[in-house]
Amino acid sequence: MSTAAVSQIDEVKSTPWSGGRSPFNVEYGKMMMWFFLLSDAFTFSSLLIAYGALRFSAYAWPSAALVFQSVPGLIEHGAPLVFVGLMTFILIMSSVTMVLAVEAGHRNARKEVIGWMIATVIGGLMFLGCQALEWNHLHSEGFWWSSIPTSPEKLQEFFAIGVPYAAQAASAHQFANLFFTITGFHGFHVFTGVVINIIITVNVLMGTYEKRGSYLMIEKVGLYWHFVDLVWVFVFTFFYLV
Amino acid sequence: MSSHATDTHAEHGEEHESMTKGKIWKVFFILLGITCVEFIIALILVPKGIIPGHIANPLYIVLTLFKAFYIIAYFMHLKFEKTGLIISIVVPVLFIIGLILVLTNESHHWITLRG
Repeated sequence: MSTAAVSQIDEVKSTPWSGGRSPFNVEYGKMMMWFFLLSDAFTFSSLLIAYGALRFSAYAWPSAALVFQSVPGLIEHGAPLVFVGLMTFILIMSSVTMVLAVEAGHRNARKEVIGWMIATVIGGLMFLGCQALEWNHLHSEGFWWSSIPTSPEKLQEFFAIGVPYAAQAASAHQFANLFFTITGFHGFHVFTGVVINIIITVNVLMGTYEKRGSYLMIEKVGLYWHFVDLVWVFVFTFFYLV
Repeated sequence: MSSHATDTHAEHGEEHESMTKGKIWKVFFILLGITCVEFIIALILVPKGIIPGHIANPLYIVLTLFKAFYIIAYFMHLKFEKTGLIISIVVPVLFIIGLILVLTNESHHWITLRG
């Protein structure tokens, strides 16, 4: 068949937005991961903005330097930010191992992908372990969902001197609810990420992507994992620094 | 991806160059460095009164946005995607900025409501 007979309307379009080639030039699953992460970003922003608005309008707020000043099991008082600094380091580190796994995937280096993926899973589990210790510490101080330290003397430990008890109790309740909800939602994402990473690692071990000829799946879970790290950067700033 | 292999080959070549191991570690040290700066502000500069709290807070937020940029652009590789994808991910973030503005304004009124 000669192509000379093709009418103008049947000609194959070649510009990006007329179906000639993919305008985004990413695989369907990767694009959908991006849009999922965008929606997830909205969820986390809503939580964090609500936290900001409540905190901004409160008479007083528990001081981060007084609430988070222990390293569970080692130092009881006087070490603000040390433990959460460790957690941040672990999560950034596991983001690096993830991106190294993606990089190894580009080269189809199966053994390297396995190594970096296992490192990422270990990093995620370490972070979850640290978060469990952090939650346990706060719980032992008397904080939990809709629960604050019962004695006024204990509650005063977390506030600047001179804040009336009623104001302390009101904002401590809000602090406890927001802290456990937001870090809990983030921790749930980390947990999900670890589970997904384990599944992908098993797939790599079974040679699924070797057969498929591409390690693009590593990139997709990588996006999710970096997003978890990204959210932590914001949680860290707004709960521990500000 | 294999079906696209031929027509996207040139761009994939760029990708390999853009995210080498050296570059990954460079971004890692930038992130670590920014976090260290945040710690120095929170643990040394603010307690000693060199930087007052109301200046430190916006500073934390700016440094956090820098970290977010490096994670999204390099680790999540968005900087090297097609402009169309970058725009469709970045522009909806305006909604988040909108919500921040609305609720910051709203919380001013909550202060008086709380009495």
